Amino acid sequence: MGLKPLIEITGISFGYTKKTVLSDINLSITKGEVVALLGPNGCGKSTLIKIILGLLRPASGGIFLNGDNIRNLDSRYLARKIAYVPQTHKSSFPYTVLDVVLMGRIPHKTFFFRYSNKDMKIAKDALERLSILHLASRAYTEISGGERQLTLIARALAQGAQTFIMDEPASGLDYGNQLKLLDQIVKLSREGYTFVKVTHSPEHALWIANRAVMIKEGKIVADGPCDDVINTDNLFRLYNARVNVLKFDHGPFNVCVPQTICGCMGTSDNCNLSVLGKSQKVMQCQ
Amino acid sequence: MGKRINVKTNKKILPLLLILLVLTICVSLTIGKYPLGLTDIGNFFLLKLFKTGNMDVRQQDLLSNLLFDIRLPRILAAALIGASLSVAGASFQAMFVNPLVSPSLLGVLAGASFGAALGMVFSGSWFAVQCLTFFFGFLAVGIAVGIAKMHKGNTILLLILGGVISGAMFTSLLSVIKYIADPANQLPAIVQWLMGGLSLVDYKTLLAAGIPQLVSIALVIIFSGYLNALSMGDEEARALGVAVERIRLFLIFLATLMSALTVVIAGMIGWVGLIIPHITRMLVGPDNKILIPASALIGAIYLIAVDNLSRMLFVVEIPMGIVTSLVGIPFFVIILRKAQKGWA
Repeated sequence: MGLKPLIEITGISFGYTKKTVLSDINLSITKGEVVALLGPNGCGKSTLIKIILGLLRPASGGIFLNGDNIRNLDSRYLARKIAYVPQTHKSSFPYTVLDVVLMGRIPHKTFFFRYSNKDMKIAKDALERLSILHLASRAYTEISGGERQLTLIARALAQGAQTFIMDEPASGLDYGNQLKLLDQIVKLSREGYTFVKVTHSPEHALWIANRAVMIKEGKIVADGPCDDVINTDNLFRLYNARVNVLKFDHGPFNVCVPQTICGCMGTSDNCNLSVLGKSQKVMQCQ
Repeated sequence: MGKRINVKTNKKILPLLLILLVLTICVSLTIGKYPLGLTDIGNFFLLKLFKTGNMDVRQQDLLSNLLFDIRLPRILAAALIGASLSVAGASFQAMFVNPLVSPSLLGVLAGASFGAALGMVFSGSWFAVQCLTFFFGFLAVGIAVGIAKMHKGNTILLLILGGVISGAMFTSLLSVIKYIADPANQLPAIVQWLMGGLSLVDYKTLLAAGIPQLVSIALVIIFSGYLNALSMGDEEARALGVAVERIRLFLIFLATLMSALTVVIAGMIGWVGLIIPHITRMLVGPDNKILIPASALIGAIYLIAVDNLSRMLFVVEIPMGIVTSLVGIPFFVIILRKAQKGWA
């Protein structure tokens, strides 16, 4: 494509004394991409995002942000470019939602700092963009999991970063909040934000990501457009689970259907699905 | 519906607390075994400051002795200790992401009391006792941090475990000292010291300890914005561009300096560093930028009040450390129920 990669990861290896966690990872991410990292528990995908964030130092290889090795970048500078959106968690202290979002302004500050009116405005704008400004003075510990995740995204926006690294953002959210979250990610990606997200749900990847990177035992086993790489064979390789990936004629979404649960077989030969009571032809069964 | 914290009233609370502190100091000057009215004190200050009014010379001397040599140093010491312990406690609670933590977490108080006891048994000089108190307070924290650095892993957990080990070590060493101390006069002196009190305060100690304490408090207030980020956990703080390791070590250093100096001034004063940050958090919310200075002021007011109590409650003065525990424990039970909501 001739586009210069935003983040270039070359030959990354990482391990603890006894165990190799990642070996020879190469990846380049272009601006505006939504990249889903898929893989079984313990495959090293969380380690990979920590390395991209500069929280862990790889044993070999380098991460380049716009061509600069992040090892040579100031951590505050890096925080202004790449934001970490952790899994929703409960803070030990009941900070207000606004306080949490204001933390995003820390990388823009030097030692003796007080938040200025400009910081306030940026934080409130970020809340507004995610339609949660009404929560500003509520305690972060008392809002719902979905609202907390949106607050953390607002903080990343306030940080001024263009790239968001997310660690299983949908985990622990109810179904409605998961969809709301996916919606927000797509909205922001259309505005040019780049997302790298660890996810446990291949369907979420199919719905909102334009690229899936599959990691198993510390190695990338597949990397490509979601519609191409998220298929029965690859999912079996990753999760040891037999799943059909179904694609509809109408409608943009693919779905994953398990082939068997407790011996109850779904056949892949006869792929007529009933959607909303109407019978629709399924275009392809992988 | 969650509790809303009003940002506007929060900004006004600091000057309000400052006024309250000044008032507490003024009222406390009138409290003591020798009855002095506000009018006496008022006349005395008018005379000293503006040379107006008249007062008997012997009355002047008496007042000057009572106010400047006896009451004021105690009040200032109580204020300094209250503020130091509260700020140390509040910053530890934030950086160890645990609202149940007190300044003694990393063993500073255990080390300092061992140092004090050591000095009392092996050296007669008061100055030596103070130096040893300070030195061992720091050593205990140094050992805790050293133990944490020896291993890789969850830094916060390792620091806490290091503190448990270091604290336990100095507590047992203290027992050794108590065992070998002369039971006729050294042991009672050690025991009384461990109960904490302000009867030995003098201006020299106050100046030597107070200046570093005030500087440390000011520095923690300057760094308080980072405490919010630290309290979200190491990874998040680092991803926000905060130099977590360096800032935490620096803050531990400041908190240790403050707390060790409180032991130098008055021995062991427990519970203040745990309770005051809690009360303050209930008043002004958890934002450390306001919480830290507010804790300092409320801690100062609280300990002045406690000192007044310990002087006036009975005919004989009771050690302040006993009062802070007796007041602190039931208070903590009440707070525990109220504050639970915010921590879970």
